[in-house]
This record gives sequence, structure tokens and C-alpha cells, in this order.
Amino acid sequence: MSNQNNLLAWIDARFPLTKMWNEHLAQYYAPKNFNFWYYFGSLALLVLVLQIVTGIFLTMQYKPYGALAFGSVEYIMRDVDWGWLIRYLHSTGASFFFIVVYLHMFRGMMYGSYQKPRELVWLFGMFIFLALMAEAFMGYLLPWGQMSYWGAQVIISLFGAIPVIGDDITLFIRGDYVISDATLNRFFALHVIAVPIILLALVVMHIIALHEVGSNNPDGVDIKKLKDENGVPLDGIPFHPYYSVKDIVGVAGFLIIFSLVVFFFPEMHGYFLEHANFVPANPFKTPEHIAPVWYFTPFYAILRAVPDKLLGVIAMFAAIVMLFLLPWFDRGKVRSIRYRSGAFKLILVIFVISFIGLGYLGALPPTVGRTWAARLFTLGYFGYFFALWFISKNENTKPVPERVTS
Amino acid sequence: MKKSVWIIAGLLLPVLGWASGGAMYPNDEIDVDWGDKAAMQRGAKLFVNYCMGCHSLEYMRYNRMGKDLGISDELLRENLIFTTNKNGEQTKVGEQMRINMDKEYAETAFGTAPPDLTLIARSRGTHWLYNYLRGFYVDDSRPLGVNNSVFPNVGMPHVLMGLEGLKKAVVETHKDDEGNEKAVIVGFEKISDGSMSEAEYNQAVKDLVSFLDYVGEPIKQKRKNVGIGVLVFLFIFLILAILLKKEYWKDVH
Repeated sequence: MSNQNNLLAWIDARFPLTKMWNEHLAQYYAPKNFNFWYYFGSLALLVLVLQIVTGIFLTMQYKPYGALAFGSVEYIMRDVDWGWLIRYLHSTGASFFFIVVYLHMFRGMMYGSYQKPRELVWLFGMFIFLALMAEAFMGYLLPWGQMSYWGAQVIISLFGAIPVIGDDITLFIRGDYVISDATLNRFFALHVIAVPIILLALVVMHIIALHEVGSNNPDGVDIKKLKDENGVPLDGIPFHPYYSVKDIVGVAGFLIIFSLVVFFFPEMHGYFLEHANFVPANPFKTPEHIAPVWYFTPFYAILRAVPDKLLGVIAMFAAIVMLFLLPWFDRGKVRSIRYRSGAFKLILVIFVISFIGLGYLGALPPTVGRTWAARLFTLGYFGYFFALWFISKNENTKPVPERVTS
Repeated sequence: MKKSVWIIAGLLLPVLGWASGGAMYPNDEIDVDWGDKAAMQRGAKLFVNYCMGCHSLEYMRYNRMGKDLGISDELLRENLIFTTNKNGEQTKVGEQMRINMDKEYAETAFGTAPPDLTLIARSRGTHWLYNYLRGFYVDDSRPLGVNNSVFPNVGMPHVLMGLEGLKKAVVETHKDDEGNEKAVIVGFEKISDGSMSEAEYNQAVKDLVSFLDYVGEPIKQKRKNVGIGVLVFLFIFLILAILLKKEYWKDVH
């Protein structure tokens, strides 16, 4: 025991180990009323680690070369010991990353977690979301199937809609006039090195910013207002051990659902692994129906809903910019949906329906009826932010309690 | 807030629904039994005898198939390996199921090179394959004398003709949504018999599709078995995690 203490003292004199442990875990006081929605932050971290670890092992066998890439994935699936598991964990992990992150973001919208003083927490989070989309998009090219190829072709060609410099930008991204080996190689480099480093840095900043201001909670109450004689928030409990053990429950529950997909439905009926992606990339043969993977379909549906290509691209990017600006669209003082007006609840429900509706339509080939539905949902999506701006100014809120409710 | 969880779950459900293909004839369901090794063995026999002249399974190794389907190396060499290397020696059991047909020759002969079929069951699905292989009919306008109702104007001849025999299409004129008249195949009529009855042929096609389904993902059966073990472990882990959490949270009021 004393040896251990000596070692710790030796380290602490040189590196703030105990200090960091306390600041971020043992003496980081989190509100005691976290509910179901608060599992998804730690789960996102879990999936990130899972993706990195499985990614390392995939990189050992994968060949980032046009003529070999598709075959090397099948080699992993067939000839590498447990390669199929590593590959399915990674492909399923990509989809679950978005499921978890979307739910995590929705939690923030519901409980006003982006409001003052947590604007930077939200912004870092949004940059993580952006990096995650880039990471997923480039990763999807690597299996070099038909959908990898043509999905990338469609998305990159969107940049061609930018006036004057559009064509040069697409050329710069692809490194060729079409998607080719050059594109595959650079996407591999970005997917495996560049974006993960950015992601990790952003995750650290997201957590540091959160721990600086403290966690929000389902009541939106500021727990730092009421403290005991030791300066500990009355409604706060140390993250470790209370939330570390609670998050293990979340991890177990998550892994059960995750394993159901990995072991029994790894293709998820063509939504996680698209059927057309089991055909090697063929630059001369366009698939009948090109759909992005499900996590991009809401934004893809917005793009298609706008008749003009350039305006569509602008609308698609604006959809994400809106989310960045959310802390400033919301002028309300009350954070949690529990004490906000019926109008707020209504527009949030419309927003959720619109987002899911867009996601559903974006996966299907367009028809006249579907395009009009997508336009309606696009209106619902953007309408949320403007409606929030108006509603939140003089909102008819309920009184917020002094302490958290259990 | 429990309610909102269920609302979100409910809203997400339709997104997971899977819309299967539109109108095609034939459109019969097939239920592939992952555990039926005998069917897969029969399918393998059909494949190497009827398909492998033109179609490779280039990601599949002979002895992997042997191991999974319970076929010994000797039986593989005697009954299933018909290809040779450059020196005319029989392909080794550890090699992939490639074919000797030259790609350029194939393109001249069929208009397009016959695709590798390792992953065909994953890209097209077993339902499509089952009906495609039962959809050949006599059509004199086609260079090889047959057409396919599921894959119109396909370049492939009716390789299983000797087994199934020949049939002609029963065509009806239908109007589509915009009022245009369109010829639609609604049935087949037997012209000549093959060596199999219709029921036997359907079974043979089912065997072949079962085999291709296996080849598409050889690990499928094992993955399910491993999954059950993983889930059992995780449920026990979940219970322990809940008990641990309750123990710690006793003093939170």
C-alpha cells in the first residue's frame, strides 16, 4: 500500500494524475437526476473507441488500392480469423455511432443543454458531428463496392454546383476526373489518420468544456447555485463511482442491442450495408438507384427537395449550419422541455417528425408525391429554428424548481 | 420522459421496414435453411457442373466449402474440382474457385462477361435468384433463343434447360398508371420436358440458391451461434451491472 502511495506521489509531483482524476471523475459533481437520455454521451465515447480499435485491425488487412480493395474486404470476411466479426463491428459501429449521436443531440435540444453557459459544449459537439460525417463518408468509399463508388461520385459532384470554382474543387477532392484509385488512396489516408485525430481532439475539447461549466440535467436546473459547506452542489453526486457504475448498465444495454445487429442482422436489410455494395465498383455501370447510407438521408432528402442544384446544396449545408446556431436561435431562459411552453413542445415534435420523415424519403427513389412530402418536411426542419426564435422571446413557461426533481 | 422514448422508437420503426421488389413473375418465396448442409452439397454439385463453366466464385476456397459443408478433400478432388492450372494439373483444394474461361472470349460470346457469383446472393437476394433461375422462357428474338422474365434480355443461356425443359411465356396486356399498354408475363406453359419434374426442378433451384447463399457469407451459421453466446453473456452482465448500480446508488437521495 505504501509503495503504491509512494508511486502515486512520485507521479503527482511530475504529472497531475490525482488532480485530473478528481477534476474529471471523483470530484466532478454531476446532477443526480440524469435519466435515460444521459446514457448516449458515454455510449458515443464507447463507440468511438470501438471504431478505432476495430479500425486498427481492419487496416492491417485492408488494401487501399482500386484493384484490390473489394477483394481485401472479402479476404477479411473469409480468410482472416474473426475478420468477419471485426468488419461487422466496424460497419455496424458506424451506423450506431450516428444513432447514438443523433439521440445525444436530441437530448440537448430537449433539455436546452446548448443554452448559456454551454454554447461551446454544443459547438464542439457540432464540429464532432461534422467530422463524424466526413469520417463516415470517406470510410464508406473504402469497401469499393458499387454504392461506395457511386455514392461518393454523387456527393463529390455536389461541390461542382458551386459557381466558378466548383469543377476545380471536385477535381481537387477526387484527385482525378472521376472517382479513382487516387481518390481511394487519399480517402483512406483521411479516414485512417487525419479525421480521427481531429475527432479525438474535438472530443477532448467537448469534455473539457463540459466539465468547466458542469452538466445540465432533465430539469435544466443550475445545481451550482446551491452548495453545502464544503462547496459541493446539494444536487450533485461524484461522477465516479455513481455515474461510472450507472453508465455500465447503459453499456450493457447498448451492447445487447448492438450485438443483435452484429450477429443476426449485420446488413440491417440493406440499411447498414447496402445490397449494391456487394458488387465491385464499376465506373461504367451506374446502379439503378443511388441512395446514401441512412444517416445521411435526411440531408440528402433536403438536397433533392430543392429544384435547383446549387440552391439544394446550399439548403443541405444550411440544415447543418442551423444546428450550429441553435444556441442563438433559442432566446429562452428556461432550459428544460419540462418547464417550457406547449408551443415549444409542438415545434420540437414537428422537428423530430420532419427529420425522420426526411430520412425515410431520402432512402427512396423520388416520385412527385415524395418530393412534395420532402418539401413539407424541409419546411418543418427549418421552420423549427425560426419558430424557436419567435416563441422563445416571450415564452409562457412554467416555474422552474430550485432543486432537481427525482 | 419514458413516454418520449417510446414515441421516438415508434417513429423509427417504419424506417426499418424493408420494401421488397415490385411486380415480377415468377414471384415465389424461398426459405433458405442455413443448417441444411445436404441441400447446400446438392447445390454445390449443381454449381460446379452447370454454372462454373462461366461463373467463378473467386473469393471462395474449395476446402473452406468442404470444411463447412462436410465434404472431404478426396471427395472435393473426385467430384467437385473440374478446373486446372496452366500445366493441366487439377486445381488444389486450398485454392479459390476460379474459372479457366478467358474474360475477352466471354465478352465476345455473351456480350458481357458472366459475373463472379461469390456475393450474388448478398447483392440480389435469394428471393430474386430463386425466381430468376425459374424465369427462362423461349424467345426467338434473342440470340440464344431464350429470355428471362425476371431479368429481361439477359445474356445468359438457359443452362438448366436439360433439367427443367423449355417453356413459353403467357403474356397479357396491362395498362400502367399513365394508361400506356404494356406486355406483362403472367405465367408459363411447358413446351418440352426436361429430366426433372417441376417440383424436382424447384427443389434443385432451391438447393442451388441455398448454396449461393452460403457462399455469399460462409460464416452466417457460426455468426448466429456466437451471437447467442454473446447475448447470454451480456444479459448476465446486464443483471450484475444493474445490481452493482443499485448497491452504489443506495445512498443517493
